[in-house]
Amino acid sequence: MLGRLRAVRGITAWGSYLPFRRLDRAEIAAVAGKGGGRGTRTVASFDEDPTTMAVEAGRRALGGASVVVDTLLFGSVNPAYADKTNATAVHSALRLSDSSGAFDLGFSTRSAVAGLLLAASGTGTTMVAAADIRVGRAGSADEAAGGDAGTAIVIGNDVAESPVLAEIVGTASRTAEFIDRWRTPGEPFSKMWDDKFAQVTYTPLAVESYDSALVAAGVGRPDVSSVAVSGPTARIAGAIANVLGAAKTLDDLSSSVGQCGAAQPALLLAHLLESSSPGDVVALVSLADGVDTIVLRITDAIVAAADRRGPTVAAQAASGAPVRYGKFLAWRGLLEIDPPRRPEPQRVSATAAARSDAWKFGFVASVDPSTGDVAMPPARVSNDGERVDEMVEHPMSDAAGTIVTFTIDRVAYSPSPPIVFAVVDFDGGGRLPLELCDCDEDEVEIGARVEMTFRRLYTVDGIPNYFWKARLARG
Amino acid sequence: MASHGITDQIALVGMGCTRFVEHWDMGLDDLIVRAATDAYESAGIDKAAVDAYWFGTAQGGMSGITLARPLQLQNKPVTRVENYCATGSDALRQACYAVASGAYDVAMAVGAEKTKDSGYQGLNAVPVPNDGTGRTLTAAAMFSMVGPAYGEKFGVSDSDMRTAMAHVAEKNHANGAKNPLAQFRREVSAETICASPKVAGDLGVFDCAGVADGAAAAIICRAEDAHLYTDNPLYVKALSLVAGNGSGLTDQSYDYTTFPEIAACAVDAYEQAGVGDPSARIAMAEVHDCFTITELVLMEDLGFSERGTAWREVLDGRFDLDGDLPINTDGGLKSFGHPVGASGLRMIYEAWLQLRGEAGPDRQVDSITAERNLALTHNLGGYPGEMVSFISILGSTLD
Repeated sequence: MLGRLRAVRGITAWGSYLPFRRLDRAEIAAVAGKGGGRGTRTVASFDEDPTTMAVEAGRRALGGASVVVDTLLFGSVNPAYADKTNATAVHSALRLSDSSGAFDLGFSTRSAVAGLLLAASGTGTTMVAAADIRVGRAGSADEAAGGDAGTAIVIGNDVAESPVLAEIVGTASRTAEFIDRWRTPGEPFSKMWDDKFAQVTYTPLAVESYDSALVAAGVGRPDVSSVAVSGPTARIAGAIANVLGAAKTLDDLSSSVGQCGAAQPALLLAHLLESSSPGDVVALVSLADGVDTIVLRITDAIVAAADRRGPTVAAQAASGAPVRYGKFLAWRGLLEIDPPRRPEPQRVSATAAARSDAWKFGFVASVDPSTGDVAMPPARVSNDGERVDEMVEHPMSDAAGTIVTFTIDRVAYSPSPPIVFAVVDFDGGGRLPLELCDCDEDEVEIGARVEMTFRRLYTVDGIPNYFWKARLARG
Repeated sequence: MASHGITDQIALVGMGCTRFVEHWDMGLDDLIVRAATDAYESAGIDKAAVDAYWFGTAQGGMSGITLARPLQLQNKPVTRVENYCATGSDALRQACYAVASGAYDVAMAVGAEKTKDSGYQGLNAVPVPNDGTGRTLTAAAMFSMVGPAYGEKFGVSDSDMRTAMAHVAEKNHANGAKNPLAQFRREVSAETICASPKVAGDLGVFDCAGVADGAAAAIICRAEDAHLYTDNPLYVKALSLVAGNGSGLTDQSYDYTTFPEIAACAVDAYEQAGVGDPSARIAMAEVHDCFTITELVLMEDLGFSERGTAWREVLDGRFDLDGDLPINTDGGLKSFGHPVGASGLRMIYEAWLQLRGEAGPDRQVDSITAERNLALTHNLGGYPGEMVSFISILGSTLD
């Protein structure tokens, strides 16, 4: 084999995040009189949004990997901010280098794949994060078939400290302007034309894109061991997968997770990688305003990397706990719950938040080198009052802790009362009273182990208040 | 380091206190005028005789003008004081130090709060612009973590804790039922208290202090001038204040069974007053019963009970109106509600009545003797792990 003319480039790390709650689709019709169906969909909690889910996925991608991200790209069809970049909050929470760029990819379901293709053809190390919360009118197809997820795929060159786990060996795109799914910016719900029209339009584009990518990769259809098809609906994706004639079509998770918008192709890509073995040639085909195909060859390094990754997509899809349909509607703002007769929180001060960026977004505390005392939030003066400005930064986002005591607050303002609240002692020092998330009141107990998760506490004046909460470590 | 105190240098010579209720027909100004006018009358002086004012209000308004305008004070120094729930107490403390310094002959401390104009439940602090990472819990939730921790540490069963906490509320409501100034004037049974809907943790509605509007005022002078104004003044034996550094929130050794700021404040107060065994010298106390569990733990932090025994002494009735050491004889925050800036001075007002024998036949305690003749008032502001503590000790005789 001749020497390669260009560096081997591909996926060096990835992470996925499925929120904890599941809606049983069978609950929908009982209330809405229509809709629903079989299986479950994932449901982001009231305190999650695309930004927080991208952070969780990004943390898993970086967990244990020696990756230095040069560029962060973030895609979502429904980001927290317009005008202002959303990727910067993800960048800050992941504590990426100040010298790295962080950019939003835009508001279409094609955005994550766009990021992957840009990263594949670029230089340096790029993290492509994508996340979405999918909603629809009560009883609609989007409501039942949609899912919520966050993903982060890191693409870079093959180097010793972060080897390529899946080499990108071929890509091809086909673009077409036609009305398939659409939404007016600011409106909550998307609309869809007759999906037969979408299917017949996508089919030839998919065949062309797929075959061109295989040619670029120097492989034929029989060489592809598994293909994942991300489409606007499970039916269209399934129909097109049949046309491509791969040996195996990856389960699209529609019966457990749902269609996750911009995150869908990246989520299936993560699932594909986790289902593959060294030497496999696999393909991702994404149907969104055209068709994009990425062909990858799995490397031997994927074996060693497996044990430092977070939970697999399949493992997450198989876990979680139910949320009732009423609460699901309330969390999405589609059912207004009477708030406690208490003041609502004020908006976050931009200047105060900017000063405490490392704490607020990165959960970076301080430690006193002479005593080992951890100060949360970080302090300039030592706990004993004796030393000033001798503290050093102490990242705590990956620290685990134990519940010392807890309570349930039934009066305090919360977007989803009551508040479950615990005093947490962290391993290696540090204590903080923290709100618990993703748990039922009766699950909490003294001595329970917790881990930290990045959440949106509330939104006032259009400013999401991001900070960290604790969640039960569920192994 | 020193805390010398001003024992027996300052006398209270006049006081006023409004009813503490939901005064829908009275604003802050009305409350101020009522309490101040009563205090002037009590001391038998005209307001021109008061040289300087300290005005405690948590959220009633900014600056001394909030007091000077409704009273139409003419070119007087007025300092607005805010120190959480110790606001009214701290206004008195500062007035006392100013007179003790010789700067003024007569000073007045006024505390007032109009809480019921907000339309919200409970008390609500005006938020300072911040980064959004702070705790957003109610006080009830923070204090609800104390009971289970206390029970666990001292081996008290949940049902004994529940009964002891209920007795605190039952006692304070019984005391309040006898007091015309109190907001809630009905006795409440332990059964009702235990069955009340939960607010936070195991704290039910009847474990929590209410909310009210109110004002109280005190006029002070040098001890040697006291008899110019009254035949039976009260003398200041101790004024102690501790502002916690918040370490309890983040210190892994803090166990939620005690309030260290208060224990430290008590040590200082007893030292100022020359009190060795508090139970031997203190005949009655007004303490900050924001929640039933708070009063229970305070009995230990104030040195009235040994650690781990207050729950038993509460149940034994030691702190009842006819007990060995009556606590919250006026009904406490439980019966009065808590207009933040006024509550500390309301407690002083009860000490004023009891030590002068003016509480009335229904309410007058019989625990005051020649040797055991001091009253203690105590405020806390904040939460377990992060609080302000104030203690005063008052007596009707000079040592």
